[in-house]
Amino acid sequence: MRLFSKKSVAVAALLASTSMVSAADVEVLHWWTSGGEAAALNVLKDDLSGQGIGWQDMPVAGGGGESAMTVLRARVTAGDAPTAVQMLGFDILDWAAEGALANLNDVAAAEGWDAVVPAALQAFAKHDGNWISAPVNVHSTNWVWANKSVLDELGIAQPESWDDFVAAMAAVKASGRTALAHGGQAWQEATMFDGVALSVGGVDFYTKAFIDMDPAALGSDMMKETFDRMATLRSYVDDNFSGRDWNLASAMVINGDAAFQIMGDWAKGEFLNAGKVPNEDFLCFRVPGSAGSVSFNSDQFAMFAVSDAGAQAAQGAMAASIMSPSFQSAFNVVKGSVPARTDVPNDAFDACGKKGMAELAAAADSGSLVGSMAHGHANRAAVKNAIYDVVTAHFNGEYDSATAVEELVTAVELAQ
Amino acid sequence: MYHASKSDFKTRLQTWLPKLVLSPSLAMVLIFVYGFILFTVYLSFTDSRILPSYGWVGWENYNKLWRLSHWEISLKNLGIYASLYIAICTAIGLTLAIFLDQKIRGEGILRPIYLYPMALSFIVTGTAWKWFLDPGIGLEHTMHLWGWESFEFGWIKDRNLAIYTLVLAAVWQSSGFVMAMFLAGLRGIDSEIMKAAQIDGASNWNLYRRIVIPLLRPAFLSAFVILAHLAIKSYDLVIALTGGGPGRATELPATFMYSYTFTRNQMGIGASSAVIMLMTIAAIMVPYLYAELREKK
Amino acid sequence: MSSVQTQSVQTGRIARTFIYLFLLLMALFYLLPFFIMVVNSVKPLSEITGGNMMALPEVFTIEPWLAAWSTAQVGVEPTGLRPYFWNSIKMVVPAVAISTVLGAINGYILTKWRFKYDTILFGLMLFSCFIPFQIVLIPMARILGILGLSGSTYGLILVHVVYGIGFSTLYFRNYYAAFPTELVRAAQIDGAGFFQIFYRILMPSSGPITVVCVIWQFTNIWNDFLFGASFASGSGAPMTVALNNLVQSSTGVKEYNVHFAGAILAALPTLLVYIVAGRYFVRGLMAGSVKG
Repeated sequence: MRLFSKKSVAVAALLASTSMVSAADVEVLHWWTSGGEAAALNVLKDDLSGQGIGWQDMPVAGGGGESAMTVLRARVTAGDAPTAVQMLGFDILDWAAEGALANLNDVAAAEGWDAVVPAALQAFAKHDGNWISAPVNVHSTNWVWANKSVLDELGIAQPESWDDFVAAMAAVKASGRTALAHGGQAWQEATMFDGVALSVGGVDFYTKAFIDMDPAALGSDMMKETFDRMATLRSYVDDNFSGRDWNLASAMVINGDAAFQIMGDWAKGEFLNAGKVPNEDFLCFRVPGSAGSVSFNSDQFAMFAVSDAGAQAAQGAMAASIMSPSFQSAFNVVKGSVPARTDVPNDAFDACGKKGMAELAAAADSGSLVGSMAHGHANRAAVKNAIYDVVTAHFNGEYDSATAVEELVTAVELAQ
Repeated sequence: MYHASKSDFKTRLQTWLPKLVLSPSLAMVLIFVYGFILFTVYLSFTDSRILPSYGWVGWENYNKLWRLSHWEISLKNLGIYASLYIAICTAIGLTLAIFLDQKIRGEGILRPIYLYPMALSFIVTGTAWKWFLDPGIGLEHTMHLWGWESFEFGWIKDRNLAIYTLVLAAVWQSSGFVMAMFLAGLRGIDSEIMKAAQIDGASNWNLYRRIVIPLLRPAFLSAFVILAHLAIKSYDLVIALTGGGPGRATELPATFMYSYTFTRNQMGIGASSAVIMLMTIAAIMVPYLYAELREKK
Repeated sequence: MSSVQTQSVQTGRIARTFIYLFLLLMALFYLLPFFIMVVNSVKPLSEITGGNMMALPEVFTIEPWLAAWSTAQVGVEPTGLRPYFWNSIKMVVPAVAISTVLGAINGYILTKWRFKYDTILFGLMLFSCFIPFQIVLIPMARILGILGLSGSTYGLILVHVVYGIGFSTLYFRNYYAAFPTELVRAAQIDGAGFFQIFYRILMPSSGPITVVCVIWQFTNIWNDFLFGASFASGSGAPMTVALNNLVQSSTGVKEYNVHFAGAILAALPTLLVYIVAGRYFVRGLMAGSVKG
């Protein structure tokens, strides 16, 4: 007997959510458990309860969703899939390929999602032309966060090119501060790698290497240059970086102990929480050399197949609520990201948020919006983690740049 | 006749009852342990990725596994970590047990202090250890504040030394438990043997080395098995302390297995690493069980 | 314990001083992480981020403890750890009780009602202690789904009983092995049945090993995260899952003082069990498992 055929999983998932959750409820698996994130989710919860839909909370934090994905595996296998699951990039497509996700075409058509969601994003919210999940936000990863007073004090202008950036870091280092605040965890190094690769070779190189996984691009001189720039960044990081959480690295910039941090726009929340004001206390700009291109990742709620009509209605209502402009605005103001639809008014957003929205829309139009490798929007988890291995080994001095390029080619090949 | 058949039934019931009562436990173990192990072995020959699937790929997962430098690193780390962990825990546990056995005042207070770490999981103590080991806020920082400027303790940030911080924290957790096992063993030794040896004029050192420690053989074996299985299963510890870093310097097979099965969606490779781990455990356990269980027959 | 202490090793004064010194130093080593947790759980956050982690608090506050217990964010609702505490109790108590009783009966059968291949069966059960839990996750989920126990406390109890049987059987088997079989045979001749012998003869003297088994099972089940997260529903999740959500939240200010207070709260039951029952622990180990 095959306990785990694709069909049986899908059927089990169908039978599932009806038995455990009453028809008018949604059960939501997510990893947003910090105060600000939970506040943002509460906007959605209240919206749904206004429509008479209950919210069964199923939070599992840890490892940027890794623990939640493990739990999801168990729940789906048990035939007890949650209604909606917070998910990223290729994970959504993988689950869709297993036949476990619902079809949201009716809601999408009624709400006109096709017209307002950028195509690059739709690639992760649709499978075989059918809508399967509702994107909540768009984060982008090639940002630099800078302490303005440190830069002013040292007479450093906002760097426009990579060389400017290196010169600025050298000046900061000379002043006795840490130039680059960084936490030594594989995903943080990969996040920098996103921005650096864009700064070296632009969208073309990035797409060939990380999305097409072209061995020629992976083994190219541009890739070596990318690793060389990573080594440069490494030389401006303090000695104590290893294992540090990203928000502690942000705190170093906030407190003026460090000048720059390369991190996704979720870092903005840390600055705002500390009472800092964009353009007055801190600056946000794209990794120098990568201006114009945006590497994004998007939190979505993937909807799992439910059979009961009431549950389907609740699920549809949740999807519609997520995509409503008012929720998109309210949520993303809190979360630091930008809305997943490009027609949301930017009034409620701060200067960095407005900038992010404008750049996202421009990049979506010009085709320079690319999925973030570091956050699972360029290739599957196996390849992503294989790249992590090489990037973090190189950053920690295990490989020199030439070896890292060779290792990268092999690692990506092995993981496919 | 009637009487005879009734007692016959009763005797038969009495011989079958024990097996009957044992059978649910046995069934559970057969299904939930051995059934699952077979399932894992099967998975290791398939192309399973995000969920189990049944495309047969032969030895491909094993071939890939041995080509991954990642796996090599985690095996090498396990070698260093397990041997140091078992050796140090045994040494500390034995020393503490022998010392505590010298009619120590306050034994009732000391014993639970040595034992309590076993009660806590690393989800609970991980942060405290991480802080303590972090040179920026932990021991090194504190020593600097107290005026010892040249003090250095940055192992957790050094990719050659980080594995030893895992050993340190793991020893902290389980050496007290080993102490309890040895203490129990010591208290079980016949005092007549000790007296006789002392009358013969043996020094304390020789008394312990020649007589007591050999008598503790069963305790050594139990300690070894428990420590070996804890070492092979070490997962929470790595995640809480280093997350496998710096770089990949502290990956262990348990973290490797978890990451390939669940994080990287390469369930086939994860299963093949699990099979290798199970074979390693069996290689350690089966001879031990054989020796232990045969003796008592 | 003093009654058990029968040795008469003589030690000199210098040696004794050294022994005490060593024992005290080790005690400090074992207490250090706990000290860090306690000290930092009663400081305001500013004092932690700006100061010395070993220093005693300048401003003493129990706010973090209150927050961790009842108002900290562990999901969409700021409920603290309180509701999850009872979930854990509801799971741990039956799971420990069932696995201990099963272990006792198994141990009784394997030592006093021996049959062909019984040692092999025992070996099979014992080896089950060593199965890595990660590999059982997916098949277990499937079986719980088939049984209709997924997302329920009963399912979790079943899982913990299954994977607790190995150790509990080990403890009781080794303990009962030392129990005089003649008593059992005599009772059998007197006409006592299978269960009567267990209740009347073995149970009354099983105190120490029961303590060992309960401590072991209680600690393992209470501290489990993987099964609790995978097989419980959101609101029925055990304490470790809630603690994990509190400590591991991905963004936002890390309230270390609340984290530490929560961690200690989550650990209190196991600590209590060790301290209260700890004195019987060595006695139980001595009576059974170590001597084999």
